[in-house]
Amino acid sequence: MPISDFANPSKFLTLVSRVLPWLAVAAVIAFAIGLTQAMQAPDDYQQGATVKIMYLHVPSAWLSMGIWAVMSIAALGTLVWRHPLADVAGKAAAPIGAAFTLICLITGSLWGRPMWGTYWVWDARLTSVFVLFLMYLGVIALYWTAEEPSRAARLAAILTLVGAINLPVVKFSVDWWNTLHQPASVIRMGAPTIDPSLLKPLLMMAVAYFLLFAALHLAAMRNEILRRRVRTLRLMQANEAAS
Amino acid sequence: MSALAALYWRDLRLAVRAGGGAAIAALFFLIVVALVPFAVGPDLALLSRIGPAILWLGALLASLLTLDRLIAVDAEDGSLDLLMMTPMPLEAALAAKALAHWTSTCLPLVILSPVLALLLNVEFSAMPAIALTLAAGTPALTFIGLIGAALSVALRRGGVLLAVLVLPFTIPVLIFGVAAANAVIVGPAPFGPPFTILCALSLASAVIAPVAAAAAIRHGLE
Repeated sequence: MPISDFANPSKFLTLVSRVLPWLAVAAVIAFAIGLTQAMQAPDDYQQGATVKIMYLHVPSAWLSMGIWAVMSIAALGTLVWRHPLADVAGKAAAPIGAAFTLICLITGSLWGRPMWGTYWVWDARLTSVFVLFLMYLGVIALYWTAEEPSRAARLAAILTLVGAINLPVVKFSVDWWNTLHQPASVIRMGAPTIDPSLLKPLLMMAVAYFLLFAALHLAAMRNEILRRRVRTLRLMQANEAAS
Repeated sequence: MSALAALYWRDLRLAVRAGGGAAIAALFFLIVVALVPFAVGPDLALLSRIGPAILWLGALLASLLTLDRLIAVDAEDGSLDLLMMTPMPLEAALAAKALAHWTSTCLPLVILSPVLALLLNVEFSAMPAIALTLAAGTPALTFIGLIGAALSVALRRGGVLLAVLVLPFTIPVLIFGVAAANAVIVGPAPFGPPFTILCALSLASAVIAPVAAAAAIRHGLE
């Protein structure tokens, strides 16, 4: 069966019903392994046990940016190929992305309290993640405002792509504006500066977060397809009643 | 080209003569700046320190205030449909409209800013620099606003949404505008780098925004 067959929403639904349980189980197992490893990981020599917040914080930060990338790809699918499944993918990803960004902000500020002595500082990275959160909320608000799903998807796709152009600019300008946060320590040129004993659980947690996102995204896409079918059925019913 | 010029002059005349959108933005700018001393107290040293930031915030909010008129009025009376049917590209028409909007709304703010800087106890020598940063940065605000205006027209009832969509995108402009203005007053950081980046933001948004706005209108009205 060629991959393009899954573009058909009905085929996609059967695929989801087959894959989703496995994904959910895989996510649970990955979380179990990752959390156990995180608990067993040594404390940081400076930060003590609070370094464990990192295992929740850092993967959500990666996902908060990764999900915008997923939405941008879906936006291309919407605008270039007019693909209904791309509409659904973009719409389903936005609230999940906002949730992961919020988790990143909350865990970050809980980590900041013992480390920096305050819940919030207007430092470069915190600020740009905060702006990312606002942009997610903007996209979600746009979906709320539009009444017709396909038009909403196309307009949100335009906003998503403009956001994708704007995000690096925001990141750069906020870095320029103020920097107080530690520089990137995992994804950077050369070897990671983080110790392997801390890095291994972190990567496991990243895998768990990714699986969680994949499962939530597929489930949300399925719900959105069903919601649209309900909407169409209701419209048809109303049309019949009127005529 | 003459069609674009005609559109530019039409929008400019409409803004100045009918409805007074241009004057309202300037008045709003005046009021916002006048409100700040009531909020933070009449301490002149403090006001002169945050003066450029207040002027920039005031300009940002004032340029936002009249954005909903930028395309919505034309969509209501049907002239937007006529614009879409003319042979000139919609992107160019929207760019001309945005330029007219900038001339009628933001240029008065630039001209007013030295007077208001005086009220905020900003040094004389810094006033031209603040006006210059506003002149260089406000086109970016207008063009980013053009995207929001187009999206809200395409949504048909997105008026309240406009500010929420537009404001996060204006953060880089605000950062570099205030940084350039502060560089003149406080030093020691040079004026050049933030100012040139500000110009770059204006130029880049002038290229990207008309394309995105035209796409939004086409997708919204089909």
